Amino acid sequence: MNETLKKIEEDINSNKVILFMKGNKLMPQCGFSARVVHILDQLNVDYETRDVLSDESLREKIKEYSNWPTLPQLYVNKEFIGGCDIVSELYQTGELQKIIGC
Amino acid sequence: MELKSELKKCIEAAVSNSEVTILDPREDGMHLEAIVVSDIFENMTLIQRHRLVMKAVEQYFNKQLHALSLKTFTKNQFEESNHE
Repeated sequence: MNETLKKIEEDINSNKVILFMKGNKLMPQCGFSARVVHILDQLNVDYETRDVLSDESLREKIKEYSNWPTLPQLYVNKEFIGGCDIVSELYQTGELQKIIGC
Repeated sequence: MELKSELKKCIEAAVSNSEVTILDPREDGMHLEAIVVSDIFENMTLIQRHRLVMKAVEQYFNKQLHALSLKTFTKNQFEESNHE
């Protein structure tokens, strides 16, 4: 398996909540990433982020791994949840809180 | 063909019996929004719905499309959302 794909899998396996995004928690570099960070912060949950802008290979491979064409991408309990729209909608309906368990 | 109408065609071809509206809220031609109404979404989870639509337009993300915000409804859901 490709090194980057291996790393992605490791990261997803070892972090309950992990967000692949543009920029980081403190300085998101895209409005869609910023919105998901904001939602996760509201939930007061521990989460990791990976910045695809600082790693071109990650930026390409995460799309391949998830079979999803855009970023950000949220994983919870090793499962792909979705991008900004899905996370926003799940948050509004209270489902995201259930998925994360908070 | 204009990107908006190309996307509409692709989504309508992938999602049977669908009503598709493509919006360009920022008027930049890159961050678009799609509203897709179809009863095929009944009993599908949100991620399944979005995957179906995203799959249809995937090819455009390597070109000029930067983001496609997505709202998916069954016909009933769409009517309810209009009455809120």
